[in-house]
Amino acid sequence: MPRLLRILKQAAGLALVLGISSFVIFALIEAAPGDAATIMLGTNAAPDTLAALRAELGLDRSFLVRYVEWLLGLLRGDLGMSYIYKTPVADLIGERLMVTLPLAVLATALSLAIALPLGVWAANRPSGPVDTVASLFSQVGIAVPNFWIGLLLILGVALGLGLFSTGGFPGWSAGIGPAFSALILPAVALAIPQSAVLTRVTRASVIEVINEDFVRTARAKGLSRTRALWRHAVPNAMLPVVTMLGLQIPFLISGAVLVENVFTLPGLGTLAYQSLSQRDLIVVQNVILLFALIVLVANAVVDALYAVIDPRLKGRT
Amino acid sequence: MTPHLRHLAKAVSLAALCAAVPFAAMAAGEVTFIQPVEPTGLDPSEDSPVAAGQVTWQNVFEGLVTIDRNAEIQPQLAESWDISDDGLTYTFHLRPNVTYHNGAAFDANVAKFSLDKLIGPDSTNGQKALYAAIASVEVADDMTLVVTLSQPNSDLLYWMGFPAAVMVEPTSAATNATAPVGTGPFKVDEWRKGDRVIMSAYDGYWGGRPELDTVTARFIADPQAQVAALKSGQAQVIAELGAPELFEQFTSDAKFTAHAGAGEMEVVAGMNNTRPPFDDPRVRQALMMSIERSALVDVVTSGYGTPIGSHFSPASPFYEDLTGTYSYDPEAAKALLADAGYADGFTFTFSVPNRTYAQRSAEIMQAFFQQIGVTANIEITDFPAAWVTQVMTGRDYDMTIIGHAEPLDINIYARHPYYFNYENPDFDATIAAIAAATTPEARAEGYKTAQEIIATDVPALFLYSNPKLGVWDAGLQGVWENGPVPSNDMTDVRWAN
Repeated sequence: MPRLLRILKQAAGLALVLGISSFVIFALIEAAPGDAATIMLGTNAAPDTLAALRAELGLDRSFLVRYVEWLLGLLRGDLGMSYIYKTPVADLIGERLMVTLPLAVLATALSLAIALPLGVWAANRPSGPVDTVASLFSQVGIAVPNFWIGLLLILGVALGLGLFSTGGFPGWSAGIGPAFSALILPAVALAIPQSAVLTRVTRASVIEVINEDFVRTARAKGLSRTRALWRHAVPNAMLPVVTMLGLQIPFLISGAVLVENVFTLPGLGTLAYQSLSQRDLIVVQNVILLFALIVLVANAVVDALYAVIDPRLKGRT
Repeated sequence: MTPHLRHLAKAVSLAALCAAVPFAAMAAGEVTFIQPVEPTGLDPSEDSPVAAGQVTWQNVFEGLVTIDRNAEIQPQLAESWDISDDGLTYTFHLRPNVTYHNGAAFDANVAKFSLDKLIGPDSTNGQKALYAAIASVEVADDMTLVVTLSQPNSDLLYWMGFPAAVMVEPTSAATNATAPVGTGPFKVDEWRKGDRVIMSAYDGYWGGRPELDTVTARFIADPQAQVAALKSGQAQVIAELGAPELFEQFTSDAKFTAHAGAGEMEVVAGMNNTRPPFDDPRVRQALMMSIERSALVDVVTSGYGTPIGSHFSPASPFYEDLTGTYSYDPEAAKALLADAGYADGFTFTFSVPNRTYAQRSAEIMQAFFQQIGVTANIEITDFPAAWVTQVMTGRDYDMTIIGHAEPLDINIYARHPYYFNYENPDFDATIAAIAAATTPEARAEGYKTAQEIIATDVPALFLYSNPKLGVWDAGLQGVWENGPVPSNDMTDVRWAN
């Protein structure tokens, strides 16, 4: 199939999935009882005040009108106005991405920094002491939820040792140091379960590759064991690791919702949670759609990476 | 390890070291306070009056009058006022030389604009009903405002001191939700949504420059996280700690002042008074007698709350202790139930909002009800959205439980419709008499009678008044110890030398 056609087909598929997601998201939130006006006015509001506010927010219009308006806005690149904050949703999301994106990148970098050396090392000497530690780490890491790790880190590292921030985000304007300090513990909390899975996958994959002919050939040509391992075995063992990294993106997002709440970080996860409980419908719709988009794009990127890592897979989709 | 990985490891550990720089202690002249709920907008005359007021009332916005820390009415943007003998005309003499943060002057025209906006047909003020007695607002001269009522309302002056009735200025009114402009001692510099509001001293304040240079409101819902922020020095004040069990640790810590003050919130279990069996007062009275309130308080608020017997809390100047009206007596409760025709008890659905205090209270009440043969099936509802829709406005429930935080709100039992579905002409007449009272004595007498009527009739199970568990840095002075109005008034707060 010509390359352009394939890309177009993929893009159309993406648009279709996003379109369906948008409707499902809109309908589900619409079905939940209560609306933004009810929450904004509190428990003492008179019915006519409520009606006035609903009219002001445009909530008195029908479900379909609001849905279509949202879609048309999206096509123009206009995400709408938050009912609650009275601020453009795009601005809100932009602000929050400044926290969540660095957090996710940091967490992924940390988890790779732990998982790759640990997994490879463990594979190099199966049943050795490092392998035992790695296996214990991956079992505990997978079993313990990230928000719980977050709480432990707050109690132990932040309050106990007085290191790093316990919560909140000083803003990037406060400088790299304080901003990083606020992100490091949540990133660790997110990274531990992720690296536990990656360690296990790396180990298994390297063990599989290490006994293949090409590694033996490399050794026979005089390469040291370590060099043969890193130069030939590890790159060829990366395919399952990349797959797993891609698969973990949804977990990273859902983890971020919990971890951001534990650390009171004003990120995308907190925004999603907060706007859902405040029925700030328009914000929830956009944030969840963005999550869906991230997952879909991540999958596409992983697919593309396959071809780079293993040229044998090129053209197969 | 390959050179690449070694490089990465070095970079990561270096970055971790950089981040471990200890926090700079808060500079003198700065205070950060924590409140659990972020307001939906910063204008208390339009958005969520409680949460918005907790950030901007007194700090940014002021009213004609104000409620001080002892729940007394004090002059503010009005220096004085006269009330006509028939209680229908209020003449406010305004304070001269008051300016808004944008430089606009405060005068009678601005005051008229504010009040007209509050009571107008397009008003989105959730407390609008409190000001329904206002018939017209007239400007007599630049510094004199005349408010005419359609019927006397002895509470009106008190309501005028509320966050909902702050004075806003016409040119900034439309943008106050995001960029508030008030007459108060602090102006809003930045609102980082989801995180904090940063305010700084306003040099042109009519009352002189405040002691603090910067005041920051931080929004942290989780009590554990609130405590962590306070202990690590990221915040200095928790005005109301949400988890009483975390309060104890501060009472013996010299670094903090921990004060269990009187709060305004009364926790009551409202019943649907038109739905059987709750339409029978004997059933409601029996349920009241089945609950040992002091035991409930021990568990729910770690003993810091105060059992109540009617709708007012001890923080109210009109509080009567009526806990003895139906005190704990399960045997008498059973007898009364049998008398009402429920000798074998009954089963009902207890719609409980997903708030910790409500869920804990409900579980304990369930156990107490079981002792007199009554089965409560607890059903958790999402608060506020689902609860407000189903219970508050839909009035489709058997029993629920909620904290009522508005001061002087005993008149809710005379509101028709209101979620209790309570009808009692005697009570309605008493509330009307309070509104029409022209002497403080008559007003106080009215509130006493009103409390007694509902203590006997039990439209809701009166449980306890929530304490205001405040914790702040021991070096701070002037923090409000009690909470007659939900607020974080930082006007008089300062660091001791």
